[in-house]
Amino acid sequence: MRLKIHHQTTYHYDSPVPYGLQQLRLRPKSREGQEVLHWDIAVAGGKLEVCYEDEHANTVDLVSFDPGQTEISITCSGEVEVTDNHGVVGRQKGFVPLWLYERSTALTQAGDGIKALVAGLTRGETDLATLHALSAHILAMVPYSTDQAASDLTVEQAIAAGHAVCQDHAHIFISAARQMGFPARYVSGYLMMDDRVMQDASHAWAEAHVPGLGWVGFDVSNGISPDARYVRVATALDYRGAAPISGMRFGKGAESMNVSLQVQQQ
Amino acid sequence: MNESPAYFDEMLQPDGGPRGPYAQYYDWLRKEEPGRLLEKSAEAEALFRLTGITFNVYGDPSEAERLIPFDVIPRIIAGREWVKVTKGIEQRVRALNAFLHDIYHRQEIVRAGRVPAHMIARNAAFLPQMIGVTPPGGIYTHIVGTDLVRTGPDEFFVLEDNARTPSGVSYMLENRETMLHMFPELFSKVKVQSVSQYPRSLRRSLSACAPQACEGRPTVAVLTPGIYNSAYYEHAFLADQMGAELVEGHDLRVVNGRVAMRTTEGYKPIDVLYRRIDDDYIDPLNFNPDSMLGVPGIMDVYRAGGITLANAPGTGIADDKAIYSYMPEIIEFYTGEKAILNNVPTHRCSEPEALKYVLDNLADLVVKEVHGSGGYGMLVGPAASKAELATFRAKLAANPDHYIAQPTLALSTVPILTDAGLAPRHVDLRPYVLVSPDRIEITPGGLTRVALTEGSLVVNSSQGGGTKDTWVLEE
Repeated sequence: MRLKIHHQTTYHYDSPVPYGLQQLRLRPKSREGQEVLHWDIAVAGGKLEVCYEDEHANTVDLVSFDPGQTEISITCSGEVEVTDNHGVVGRQKGFVPLWLYERSTALTQAGDGIKALVAGLTRGETDLATLHALSAHILAMVPYSTDQAASDLTVEQAIAAGHAVCQDHAHIFISAARQMGFPARYVSGYLMMDDRVMQDASHAWAEAHVPGLGWVGFDVSNGISPDARYVRVATALDYRGAAPISGMRFGKGAESMNVSLQVQQQ
Repeated sequence: MNESPAYFDEMLQPDGGPRGPYAQYYDWLRKEEPGRLLEKSAEAEALFRLTGITFNVYGDPSEAERLIPFDVIPRIIAGREWVKVTKGIEQRVRALNAFLHDIYHRQEIVRAGRVPAHMIARNAAFLPQMIGVTPPGGIYTHIVGTDLVRTGPDEFFVLEDNARTPSGVSYMLENRETMLHMFPELFSKVKVQSVSQYPRSLRRSLSACAPQACEGRPTVAVLTPGIYNSAYYEHAFLADQMGAELVEGHDLRVVNGRVAMRTTEGYKPIDVLYRRIDDDYIDPLNFNPDSMLGVPGIMDVYRAGGITLANAPGTGIADDKAIYSYMPEIIEFYTGEKAILNNVPTHRCSEPEALKYVLDNLADLVVKEVHGSGGYGMLVGPAASKAELATFRAKLAANPDHYIAQPTLALSTVPILTDAGLAPRHVDLRPYVLVSPDRIEITPGGLTRVALTEGSLVVNSSQGGGTKDTWVLEE
């Protein structure tokens, strides 16, 4: 499936920003099951400083604000050809040892909520079946809702809230899978929802490492494994490591953010 | 401890005569008036106060800045003794750099089963952001301090490796300056190898590790956390001696893909940053977001090849005292040779049998935190009270992974000058090593630390130790 993506993020600031930086993880890579035909990032109100590959093989762009800006806008546009691999991403590549994905992070630290969730899970006959069961169990226990309390919830806060957005679902899955001994990681990317061109936001899901199969994706919020409508952009131990945009700035004043995202089949 | 066990005295032989390396010095010393030496000693202290060389002692609010006591009796090492030591250090430092590269790449040493994976996986000093990163010139640890102790004429042990941020080199330089100033006649009598080239060598060594982005003569700067840091004096001193800029985080920002410092003529890119700020604080964008000391985005520029950080982030894993216990294996794995310098036998309390042994023999052992430094949080069994032993027993039982234990070594002694004359005190030695792609340079001597309390084996300046000038004789 050929997906055409146009993704614009605009930040407005109440007062001019004297100095600021943003780290972008917004470049999908060609890999098995995914071919990037072309991809461009344009920055208005800032400039590209450096570009490198991080430890998870994500391409990172560091952008600095043009001094005194009150608005910075990042526009990604491109086309990606995706094939349906039933969520199977394949073996671990590069230098990152698998044990790194067993480390918990501040956002995925398992507490009583995760432990209870894992204890209540009926395991399947295979690892794969168990992980699918986990995904369904999470969705049943913590249903999807667009009503997000905060963007940086820990897994325990999300479970306590009783409902979750895709980011929280991915974190809960990662935390629970690690509890069960599976290396697991966070994926940020794009999903073409079949019924619309304008998408609400970029998407997130989780991957677990299954012996024999390698990395397999699980989209808890949608109750499936990623198919040809999913574009993988960045992976990390949690949201903070894979966030499409993270940054810092000097200066006071409030900011607001506006996202416009179109994903459509060509 | 007062039964005077057979400690190796580096100056005096059992018959009362001097050992070879001290012969000429001792000849001079015998003719000196003790009163004049004490006067010189007071003069030295005044000199140090004047230059402002101080050291903050954490946990002692009454004395935020304290002078490290200096003893005027030098510690003397023969040229041929030194040659063996330097060969051992060089081998060790090569192995450390190879280990760091391996740990952040293929981890062959783990695959080969020589170091268990959990030693890396559970290590807080392992920095995932360094995975796959090869620093400019392939050097991870540009400046190393290898702490040595001596137990006999030919017996040196490595006590610990300081691959992350070895401090104290300014004392090595100031101690020599002071001795030259006070006893010029001595240095014409005894041929001592110079240490004064260190700042020049440091600059050369750092410059040799400049990143690809560097154009022309490398710009070197020293990054300090600021005046409240215990080693601020040293940061300022080294920058001055090297002819490099002394900068703080807020002086730097990302400009045109480089890290640049504010100057009167605008921003100037820095090629090599000798940073004296810990990994976690160096970049609030990539590490601790609350850090006010670092430079946002410096890790991004580093990973893109725009700057050299010395020492490289993530080198702290080599300072871990549990990793230390694997150094003989690490040296053999990467160099194919047996370690020239001995490791102190080390019990890893994470291993149940070792823990049992340690708990059973606590009063005879030295227990250290695996991530500790500066002599904080350690137990010297033979000198500990019953209450201290009990406290440590509880700590060990609660968190065995956090500790290693070593036998109490019979550290050599060198006399210090007291009001009552010469008196032997235990010493260690930190030589300073500079690593660049084309050479490993070891300054002859280093910093001798001396436990000023009679019988004490803890030489750390943070624990009340003093220093001595260290002489390596010309052959």
